[in-house]
Order: sequence, then C-alpha cells, then structure tokens
Amino acid sequence: MALLVVRNLRTVFDTSEGPAVAVDSVNFTIDRGETLGIVGESGCGKSVTALSIMRLVQTPPGRIAGGTIEFEGRDVLELSEPDMRALRGNDIAMIFQEPMTSLNPVLTVGYQIAEAVQLHRGVGNNEAWDAAVEMLRLVEIPEPGERAGNFPHQLSGGMRQRVMIAIALSCDPKLLIADEPTTALDVTIEAQILDLLGSLRDRLGMAIMLITHDLGVVAQQAERVAVMYAGRIVEEGKVADVFGDPIHPYTKGLLGSLPRIGGPRRLATIPGIVPRLTELPSGCNFRTRCTELIDDCSGIEPELEDYGSGREAACIVARRTRTRGGA
Amino acid sequence: MLRYLLTRIAGLVPLLIGVTFVSFLVINLAPGSPVELMTDLNPKAGPEVQQRLEKEYGLDKPLPVQYWIWVSKLARGDFGRSFQQDRRPVLDKIKEALPVTLALNVMSLAIVLCVAIPIGVYSATHQYSLGDRATTVFVFVGFAMPSFWFALLCILFFSVHLGWLPISGLRSFDHNALSDVGRVLDIAKHLILPVCISGFTSLAAMSRYMRSSMLEVIRQDYINTARAKGLDERTVTFRHALRNALLPIITLLGLSIPGLIGGSVIMESIFAIPGMGRLFFQSILARDYPLIMGVLVMSSMLTLIGNLAADLMYAVADPRLRKR
Amino acid sequence: MNGWQRALKNRVTVVGGVVVAILFAVAVFAPWLAPFDPSDIDASTILVGPSAEHWLGTDSLGRDVLSRMIFGARVSLLVGFVSVGIACAIGVPLGAVAGYFGGVVDTVVMRFVDLMLCFPSFFLILAVIAVLEQSIWNIMIVIGATSWMGVCRLVRAEFLSLREREFMVAARGLGQSPAKIIFRHGLPNAMAPVFVAFILGVASAILTESGLSFLGIGVPPPDPSWGNILTEGKATIEVAWWMSVYPGMAILVTVLGYNLLGEGLRDTLDPRLRQER
Repeated sequence: MALLVVRNLRTVFDTSEGPAVAVDSVNFTIDRGETLGIVGESGCGKSVTALSIMRLVQTPPGRIAGGTIEFEGRDVLELSEPDMRALRGNDIAMIFQEPMTSLNPVLTVGYQIAEAVQLHRGVGNNEAWDAAVEMLRLVEIPEPGERAGNFPHQLSGGMRQRVMIAIALSCDPKLLIADEPTTALDVTIEAQILDLLGSLRDRLGMAIMLITHDLGVVAQQAERVAVMYAGRIVEEGKVADVFGDPIHPYTKGLLGSLPRIGGPRRLATIPGIVPRLTELPSGCNFRTRCTELIDDCSGIEPELEDYGSGREAACIVARRTRTRGGA
Repeated sequence: MLRYLLTRIAGLVPLLIGVTFVSFLVINLAPGSPVELMTDLNPKAGPEVQQRLEKEYGLDKPLPVQYWIWVSKLARGDFGRSFQQDRRPVLDKIKEALPVTLALNVMSLAIVLCVAIPIGVYSATHQYSLGDRATTVFVFVGFAMPSFWFALLCILFFSVHLGWLPISGLRSFDHNALSDVGRVLDIAKHLILPVCISGFTSLAAMSRYMRSSMLEVIRQDYINTARAKGLDERTVTFRHALRNALLPIITLLGLSIPGLIGGSVIMESIFAIPGMGRLFFQSILARDYPLIMGVLVMSSMLTLIGNLAADLMYAVADPRLRKR
Repeated sequence: MNGWQRALKNRVTVVGGVVVAILFAVAVFAPWLAPFDPSDIDASTILVGPSAEHWLGTDSLGRDVLSRMIFGARVSLLVGFVSVGIACAIGVPLGAVAGYFGGVVDTVVMRFVDLMLCFPSFFLILAVIAVLEQSIWNIMIVIGATSWMGVCRLVRAEFLSLREREFMVAARGLGQSPAKIIFRHGLPNAMAPVFVAFILGVASAILTESGLSFLGIGVPPPDPSWGNILTEGKATIEVAWWMSVYPGMAILVTVLGYNLLGEGLRDTLDPRLRQER
C-alpha cells in the first residue's frame, strides 16, 4: 500500500482579481521509503501542494477546494485539528526553503528541537533536551551539546538547515516534505545537505517528497519525478525515463534549458512567461508557450494519460504522435 | 554589554548639552529681562529691587556668560532657586513632584500593557473578525479623543452623576482621620480616574502597534515551522509569536515617555495632582524661569534615560543583540 | 484606475473626506450658519440647558454655545493648517537637504532632530508660550516649530532613496544646481507621503491647540475655541454638562475625520507605507 495518495487535489487562493487555482487536479502517490521529486518553475504550485498535505495553507485567502489526501489510508483532509496536529511533525514532517528565517530567533535551537520531541513523545524536559542533542549529532553538527544552547543567528545557513532537518526528523517521520531545502544555500553546502538527506533516508527509511526547481537535484536524489506547470502535473514517471525521453513539451523545454558539457553552446529556452493563475488560458495551460501547438490545444484540457511502466503525461499532441509512431 | 552601555551613555552627552542649550535659548527668546516680567506682577517692586534681583540671578551679565554659569551649576547638580515667593531650590521642588508623576505614569503604563497586549494579539490572530473590527474602531476613536475632554466626561459621569469617585486631588479632606487601610483606599480612589484616563491614548496606540507587530510576526517562516511541528495554535501564538512581537513594543515604550510626561500637564491640572506637569504649568504661569529651565532639562533627561533603558532592555530581550 | 478613483473607492478616505469637507464649509460659512452672535452676552439666558432656541445651551455669560462652536471651527481649521504648514516649511527643506547631501549635513540635521525629540513637545510649547505674548498666531508658530521633526525624517528617507534613482542622477549629470534638483526633480516625487503626514499633522495640531486653550494659554478669550469653551465647561461641570460634552465631541469628530482621511490616503497613495490592517 502506498504511503501517501493524493487525488484530484485542488487548492484555491481568493484574490481581489478572483480565485487563483494554485493547485488543480493533482494526482500522485508516494510509497514507503521512496523519494518523489516535484519540479517546476516558481509559482507552479509545488509549495502549495506541500502545504496542502500539511494542511498549513493560510486560510483565508487560501483553501483546499477539493480532492483527497490519503496518508496510510486515512484522508488527512477529514482529520480533526487535534488529530492533524498529532500527525504533523510526527508522521509527516517538513523542512522549508529559507533556513535563515525558518528558525525562531529568540529560542535556542536545542529548545526548538526538544519542543517537537516533547510534544510527540511525551517525555520530560531533560530527556527531550538529550534527544535534541542526539539529533544535532545525527545531522552531523560538531559539538552538538554546545550548539544546542545556541540561538539561530549564531549558526551559518548550512548549519541552520541541518537544524531544520534535525527538527523534522526528531520524531522519526514516515514522510519528509523538503520544500527547496537547498535553494538558499551555497553550492558546496547544497551538496553536503543533499548527501546528508540521502544518507539519513537510507538509515531511517522514510519517504521524501523533494520539491525543487533544480533538475540536477532530482536526478541525483529521487526515484520518481513529477513535473508541475501552472498548478497541474504535466508529466510523471521514473527519473531515468522522464529525463531520458521526455514526453511533455514542457519537460523537454526544462531539460533543454540545462547546460551540458559538450552540448550546444546556446541553451534552449522556453519562450514567454508563466501565465498568471487568475488568467489561465483555455484548454492546455502550457499552450501559450508551447512549440508543438495544434488547434485542439485550446479546446481540450489534457489529462494525465498512461504511457506504460509508470509513465504518465498530459499532452494531446504527444498522445497522437506517440500512438501513431509507437505501440 | 558593558562597552555597549558605555558607548551609549557617551553618545548622550552631546544631546544633553544640546538640551541645556535649547532650554536656555527658549527662555531668553523673550524680549526684555525676565525680571521685568517678574516685577511687573509685583507693583511694590521698584527699580532698585529689580537691580538687586538681576544681580542675584546674574541677569546683568551677557547671555553666553549667563549660560555658562547656569550650565556649570547644573553640572554640579545645582538647578538654582525658584523666582517665586518661597525662593526654594528648583531641585527640591522637582524632587517632590517627580515621584508623583513617575508613579502615576508607571501605573497607567502597567495597565495599558496588560490590556493592550491581549487586545493586539487577539486582533492579529483574529484578523478581520468582529472583535478585530471593533478594536480598530476603538483605536481610531482613542487616537482622536482629547484626553482632557475624556477626563471631563469621566468626572461628569463617575464623580458628578454617580458620585462614586472624587473629582480631584490625591487625598480627601478627612484623609488624616482615616485608618491606615482607609488612607490607602482613599488614595487609590483618587488615583483611579487619572491613571486610567492618562493611559487611554497610549492604550489605543499600544494595541494598534501590538496588532501590527503581531501580524508581521505571524507571517514569518518560523511560525510555519512551529506549526509544522504539530504545535497547537496557542503554543504557536504565545511561545513562538508573542516573544518576537513584544520586542518592538520595548522601543515604543521608550519613545512614548516624552508624550506621557507632556500629557501629565493636562492630567495633573485637571485632577489637581502635585506632579511634574502641574509644577511646570505653575512655573509657566508664574514665569518662574529657573524652574521652567530646570523642569525642561529634567524632563528631557528622563526621556533620554527612558530611551537608553528601552535600548538596554531590547538588547537583553533579543538574543541577536545580546552578545555585543 | 487613477489616484482619485482609487481614493474614492476607499470607504475610510471618503468618510474622513466628507467630515473634513463639512468642517471646511462650517468654518467658511460660520456667520451665516450660526444662529446667534457668538459674543452676544445675554444676562437673561445664563447657563440655560439645550432648548429649541439654544440647541446646545448657553454659557455663563448667556452666549449661545452652538454659535461659539461654529466659530470655533474657524480657529481649529486655521491653527491646524497654518501650524502644520509651518512645520512642513521647516521640516521638508531640512529633510530634503539632509537626504540629498548626506554626510555631515545629514548628521547635523538628524542630530538636531534627535535633540528636539528629547523634549516632551508639550513642555516645549508651554515654555515658549510663557515667554511670548499669548495670541493665536504665536500658538500656530510654536506648534509648527515643535512638530516638524516627523516630516523632516520622512522627507529625508524619501530623498535617501530618490538620490540614487536614474532621473536624479541624470539631472546631476546635466550639471543642474542642487537646489533645482531638490525642488524640481526630488520634491514632487516625495510629495505623496508628505501630503499624508500633513493631513495627520493637522489632526494632532488641532488636539494640541485645544489642549492649550483648555489650559487657558491657547486662543485667548473672548474669541471662541473648542478648547476654551471646555475650560468654562470644567468650571461649571456640576451644573452645565452641555458645555463639557459638545465641544469635546466636535474635537473628537474633527480629529477623527482628519485621521481617517490621512490613513485612507496613505493606503491609496503610498502602498509602501501601507499598514497591515
């Protein structure tokens, strides 16, 4: 049985210019111990999907307008608030993009870890503190006993992200949602943090939902990948398959815009910009920027369709060419 | 920390010198000698009396010399003597009045904080709710309310109409005849209106400020981190958000000191309370220049000390500044 | 949408604007609106409560309170605008110069601002009035001279950021004089927040004036001001409540009107200054 099953998730933000559908008909599953990468440009709904799973979408203006989010068979959206709190930080944990602002400046890092342990494990102060120090050791922070008494501003960005990971993993979650965990960090630190995440996953056996705009990170860390565009998943499959033979024009565009040693000197770009969520085009959301456009694209909203061996993509053009050419 | 304190205090010295300069300048803006005004009020004082006074207060010397004499005396803690009949040292008069004003303002600030912080937190965590809207209306009315008028209304209602509270003063006529408990209650009764009313405007300002500070904090990433841990909203609000939201309030407290001292003129005049405000007002009416200058210097020193204290409190409360 | 349309869509602005407009009308048309001569002493109507003839009652000299309040609107309007005008005349150039030149000029000006902020402004005002002759003009000058610091800081901050903008740099590159750059190119761009500060300043100047008049050192009687009617109200509070209630209400509504207008305009004119609400 899958750990997390998201079906037809729809999250809407009510703005002064009308409702903005940040996440629309999103479907995906994550198995135990598996890493799913979610990629896309900023504003495509990756983070909102994550916050929806945690039920941390700011309401108002946001609200989850439909769908189900099943975690271990229970619909998270149906849980009472106390049940949801028991899940957060315990079964599903999350780390955020900005390590500089994601830790409370007036509390020691030890306290911020111990707090989660105490809450979910019901242990005493000293025991929770010891557990916090232990977590700092686990995320490879030197002199964890002393560091626990530090305030966030006394730590570097990479250290703070390690602390965030320590908080998230302190209660041994089954699913870790990592929302752009390395975007704000230097490249060398990024590699360290990614290595750490990978080794901790192998040791602790949790599943990871890794949100990023960096295809390289996905290629390195994830088994499967889902590509999002303007609130929808446009392609999904094993990382090797998707990156080796992209089906959707958007995925092709993303891959084409990556620099490669020995590749063409001019990078391919995707023309145009991401449409505003309040002004999405009819039919396919991507059609205003697509290079493989046909007339039907403005009339038909493409749905994810099966391409075999776990591949799915939502493009009517690909459907027609692939059907004609292959199978 | 000590070094921080010392540099801060050193930074106050030029301001203090400026304060004495402005205080002196203001008084000497007047055309003619202060003694003229003083003797104008007293028909018995002839030209020879005027000359004697001028000599006594050094007013026959040129202004820069006068300033130098005054400031060097100030530096030794000598504020000079009052122009008024009693000729008492200015400092003695201030010493009597200052504790009254301080006590009054500390009490009303304490009440203001106890009320404004919960109001601000509630409004911010229940943004756009009925309670929040009601608070906003209250805040706007509070800002626009002339404090003396509010005082009059309260006197009209609680003292004249209901007869519950005394109209003015700090003690009843029969105060000395009362028992110990009775005396305390008597003073407390006299304090209720002045304390509550002088805090009213600050209450509006403080709850508004608390609200926006709290709104600012609950948008921060670390609040989401706290929620993602599974903490309940109460813990998130009070343990994670409130502490951060209170930091700017400390600065605001320091900044509100001049306003409070200034406002005490009106409050103490209405309620006949013998504090700094009334002392200053009386010195104005009597053109008691040494006293006017003395109170000006003293009140701005209080402001400076208040700001310094606020900065220190901030440095203690905010770990990001603690290690300097 | 242009600025005016946006301002008119904001309810707060409209309510405040209507209050202010009514006050203007009352002040301008006072002689026609007032049912009685505000200085008409009438021994037969001393301290009479509100009635059909005297809507808001009479004072201890038998003068009609409503008429005095209508003429009092002129005082508050005059004091409000003139004293804030003075404050801006001091604060705007000082702030512009400090922000434009920076360096030593900036330090000197800002230290002076800090110095002025050390004093409880009400004390400073009282002290100056003590040595000057008591008149409405002196009141306005003193209020203006002790309340320019806020707008000075505001304009300085605007200029600090304007200084680096292309059109300012370009003007400097063309060799225009600093005075011309500051007043022709800089100030027009800093006017929106100054305008808001002006409106809010009028509100607090009116409060200050009424406080001074209440203490008996503001607008000298027999000229009517809302503050000095209240002084009389205090003296007769136990027998004539109407003199304590109505003038204060006028002050409250006026100050509220200016504050609403100012806050509303701040929201529309300058989104950067927008307070979370």
